[in-house]
Amino acid sequence: MTELELLGSAGWQPVLPRPPNFVIVSSFIRHSDFVILIMPADATIIEVNNLVRRFGDRAVLDGISFNVHRGETLVIMGGSGCGKSTMLRHMIGSMRPTAGSVRLFGEEITGMKELEIERVRLRFGMLFQSGALLASLTVGENVALPLTQHTNKSPDEIEQIVKGKLEMVGLTGFEDLKPDEISGGMKKRVGLARALALDPELLFSDEPTSGLDPIMTAVVDQLTLKLTQGRHMTAVVVSHDMTSAFRIATRMIMLGHGSIVAEGTPDEIRNSPNPEVQQFIHGRADGPIPLNVSQEEHKDLQHVRPRPFLGARFRFHHKHT
Amino acid sequence: MKNYIQLNLSLLYWILIAPFTGQFFKIGPIFRQMVFIGVRAAPMVALTAFSVGVTLAMQAAHSLESLGAEMYIPDLVMITLLREMGPVLIAVIVIGRSGSAVAAELGTMKVSEEIEALEVMAINPVQYLVVPRFLAMLVMLPALTIFGNYIGILGGWAVCTFALDFNTAGYILRALESADTWDLYSGMIKSVVFAWIIITISCNAGLNVEGGAEGVGQATTASVVQALLAMLVMNAVLTGIFFFAA
Repeated sequence: MTELELLGSAGWQPVLPRPPNFVIVSSFIRHSDFVILIMPADATIIEVNNLVRRFGDRAVLDGISFNVHRGETLVIMGGSGCGKSTMLRHMIGSMRPTAGSVRLFGEEITGMKELEIERVRLRFGMLFQSGALLASLTVGENVALPLTQHTNKSPDEIEQIVKGKLEMVGLTGFEDLKPDEISGGMKKRVGLARALALDPELLFSDEPTSGLDPIMTAVVDQLTLKLTQGRHMTAVVVSHDMTSAFRIATRMIMLGHGSIVAEGTPDEIRNSPNPEVQQFIHGRADGPIPLNVSQEEHKDLQHVRPRPFLGARFRFHHKHT
Repeated sequence: MKNYIQLNLSLLYWILIAPFTGQFFKIGPIFRQMVFIGVRAAPMVALTAFSVGVTLAMQAAHSLESLGAEMYIPDLVMITLLREMGPVLIAVIVIGRSGSAVAAELGTMKVSEEIEALEVMAINPVQYLVVPRFLAMLVMLPALTIFGNYIGILGGWAVCTFALDFNTAGYILRALESADTWDLYSGMIKSVVFAWIIITISCNAGLNVEGGAEGVGQATTASVVQALLAMLVMNAVLTGIFFFAA
């Protein structure tokens, strides 16, 4: 992936003409200069190469490789316990792989120290399945949190941005409520507003539409499409909701047995001859995907959780033997 | 233990080094924690310290009366409170009230993915959650100890004045003559060390919770037990150091 920095003017436009097929991905102030970051419109944002994650003898992820390009919406699907969440946690740098590499924006993140990975994390947003809102803060303060921590914007500017983001997810006027005063679906939408607060180049979503009513599902899907198509944002979505997945995906991956069972455009997946894919997308009880996880597998899956908190700067590598 | 050492190293980085790299900690959250850890604990501290002061004076009166040495009651109340009972008792109250609350709060945040969300938002949990609590505890535990000492001495005065025919001026003069500034300083040094132990053990327990609500309960209990034991052992060590150094 080739990123270029251009000196910008006060109007956030490059002083020099932008090369063809390059898009503006972010802009920031450095030493009183306006710097505009551009990259090829089809640049590779995520590169996963031969990723392996073992828990004991069992490989939850066994040599997975794929790329995600700018502007794409990649939907990762698969049965329960197939490694979707583990995959997502490796992509956001919350877990370290047994082997293989994950490159975000051209940078290898698997060996990064905490302060280095924080720099990469500023460029993406993450919507958690539960919303993961801070219970001690109001809805507005939750959305404002990345802005207050990472920008020098004035309180008025932050308030305006928060109102705008909440309006995007249909929650105007909810700023002063606490998370325990709103429904699960609303929490998820607030989580989405918070993930978008810094206008990230990349959005990771873990089950973004589960728990939402059909209308709000469509609103979230439209928002994802608007951001990926209009602003060249890239999205990686883990989802079980097939209607939503086919609506937003430009490419889909189905995981199973620790590897990629199928990969392709929504049409290719829909017409895949693979019986596992057909069973999954049509939600059939009978088929090649096992219904029950064995006791042994279940025991292994208990380890599929974020790496334990090990402080911040002085983090030791978490080793599994 | 490894996590605990790492947490302490992280804390030292965020407090001593990070401000020189432009990463300042915010004052607002520290004051909020000071109110929670210190101000709201004040009534409980006052009640406990007053009871201890009253008890000390009555026990001292009972023992010293037989020796005809009732005049030393203020000395005993003052020295015992400043050097030992004040720092230890207030620390016990703060462990039970604030330490357990911190462990439970951070543990709940851990199991509900809030800590992970902070990390993914490039917000360091130690900087955002632990530093304000640590600094607040470091200020408020010694402050509560001084406050508790005053109230305890007041309890001793109440017994001496209303039950033992001391006059107020005599009680104060006797108490002041018996103690020197080192008695206060040694108690304050203990208090600062206890504050460090209590808050780091509580935060470490909370941040390393695993296993949902049950894990939060276990971590909270463990934080109280570990903080109490560590505080009492450290009290013996510090008393030994002060005793042999004096």
